[in-house]
Amino acid sequence: MRKIDIVIIGGGPAGLAAAVAAYDSGVDVLILERDEQLGGILNQCIHNGFGLHTFKEELTGPEYAYRYIRQVSHRQIDIRLNTMVMDISPDRVVTAMNREEGMFQIQAKAVILAMGCRERPRGALNIPGYRPAGIFSAGTAQRLVNIEGYMPGKEVVILGSGDIGLIMARRMTLEGAKVKLVAELMPYSGGLKRNIVQCLDDFDIPLRLSHTVVDIEGKEHITAVTIAEVGADRKPIRGTEERYTCDTLLLSCGLIPENELSTAAGVTLSPITGGPVVNESLETDIEGVFACGNVLHVHDLVDYVSEEAAKAGQTAAWYVRGEFSRDRGREIALKAEDGVRYTVPATLDPNRIEDKLTVRFRVGDVYKDAYVSVYFDDARITHKKKRVIAPGEMEQIILTRKQLDEYPDLRTITIKVERE
Amino acid sequence: MEIRELTCINCPMGCLLTVTMDGGEIKEISGYTCPRGRTYAEKEVTNPTRIVTSTMKVTGGKKDRVSCKTEHDIPKDKIFEVMEAINAAEAVAPVVIGEVLIANVADTGVDVVATAHAV
Repeated sequence: MRKIDIVIIGGGPAGLAAAVAAYDSGVDVLILERDEQLGGILNQCIHNGFGLHTFKEELTGPEYAYRYIRQVSHRQIDIRLNTMVMDISPDRVVTAMNREEGMFQIQAKAVILAMGCRERPRGALNIPGYRPAGIFSAGTAQRLVNIEGYMPGKEVVILGSGDIGLIMARRMTLEGAKVKLVAELMPYSGGLKRNIVQCLDDFDIPLRLSHTVVDIEGKEHITAVTIAEVGADRKPIRGTEERYTCDTLLLSCGLIPENELSTAAGVTLSPITGGPVVNESLETDIEGVFACGNVLHVHDLVDYVSEEAAKAGQTAAWYVRGEFSRDRGREIALKAEDGVRYTVPATLDPNRIEDKLTVRFRVGDVYKDAYVSVYFDDARITHKKKRVIAPGEMEQIILTRKQLDEYPDLRTITIKVERE
Repeated sequence: MEIRELTCINCPMGCLLTVTMDGGEIKEISGYTCPRGRTYAEKEVTNPTRIVTSTMKVTGGKKDRVSCKTEHDIPKDKIFEVMEAINAAEAVAPVVIGEVLIANVADTGVDVVATAHAV
């Protein structure tokens, strides 16, 4: 069986950044990618706004991907395209297949999971009505328009105000479709503010908050949808129904990390993020299996994916080189409380932190003029005022090794949102 | 007097900005909570610009479309003219990232460039 230091599953933004960082830490790397090209979903995200943090300029998705693809090819990192990974065993035997080599197995010293996420489909949304053609997830429509060059329809209603839905509202409008409205179940949008302004307001597309689709008409092809207002319990309010004729319904109702391979390998997932539970090194509870990017938790900006993935690449390389010990000195739990939904990582060992650790999290509601507080057991360590915190935007705090070393008996770190 | 309402895009706060205009002249800007909001409002009411991104048909290669963008921002009211020009054009493979696909699109003084390779 072929032996490789690190096998990376997925050649999107996470896989690419992990590969570059791992290679630069002195190990050999193989990227397995199921598509015919590297870059993942960035290839169909032709709009601009990527890379403001990483490159200090506004790039389109393909341009951002190209920056990393170039780094990978300069290093002559080994890649297999059109290659589907079928299985990862707990002892890190990766089974994959492609047309040239058939089915093959590789023994990896470490595996980095970088498979990304997928869209929540109609079947998971409980929308009543017929099941005709013309209903697409926003990302599928994005692929059809931007890669294949096909328009799914001309009269469009969008359910869900996630960023892909907003981006597609603009994209379909630019290509000549009439986008009638974007309906959002929640009382706030899950998308970035600038997308609401530049994708909806610019084209006078209404955003109806606290609204959902309650009926779909059309037997062969969709002909109309009915929208209704929802109450605080998110149930439709009788008498508020409005009917819109349309030939296309796009769904932008959330993303789910794609973890079938992780589960098969025995990796424990978080019920909140849908991604693996990881420690400070982004290592899962299966030794030598690391995770990064949207397979770990759904990010708002690709810049943070790249940063996180580079860290996973580096720590996986350290693991391969035997540079961190398996005896975990102390394990400190990270707890999310009072408005904070989760933290990544979920645990940390101070001995494995060089100088600082970025902890990422999301909140469950919109908070104005609230505080993000960090408690070391019962002691409040930081208390930072934020003008606004919203579920659509990822938050982070930085813990330093120095801080952690000052509390040798620390058991639990709690992050919470406080009113004062 | 004309009143324009805008949402600031500089941060997640999304401040609601109100600009009072008189014959193209800004009389008053309110609602901003930091200087960036004021600057944004001024630009939006006097000279709003956007980068347009789209795809162009490609012939003679493996891919049918190549992604492209206006290299710089263009006046907002020219967006649909730029789109028409992009949809009327055809690129010939191989296309290299950064290659100029349309020079001076819709008389904006800005070029449309490829944002990916297409072979």
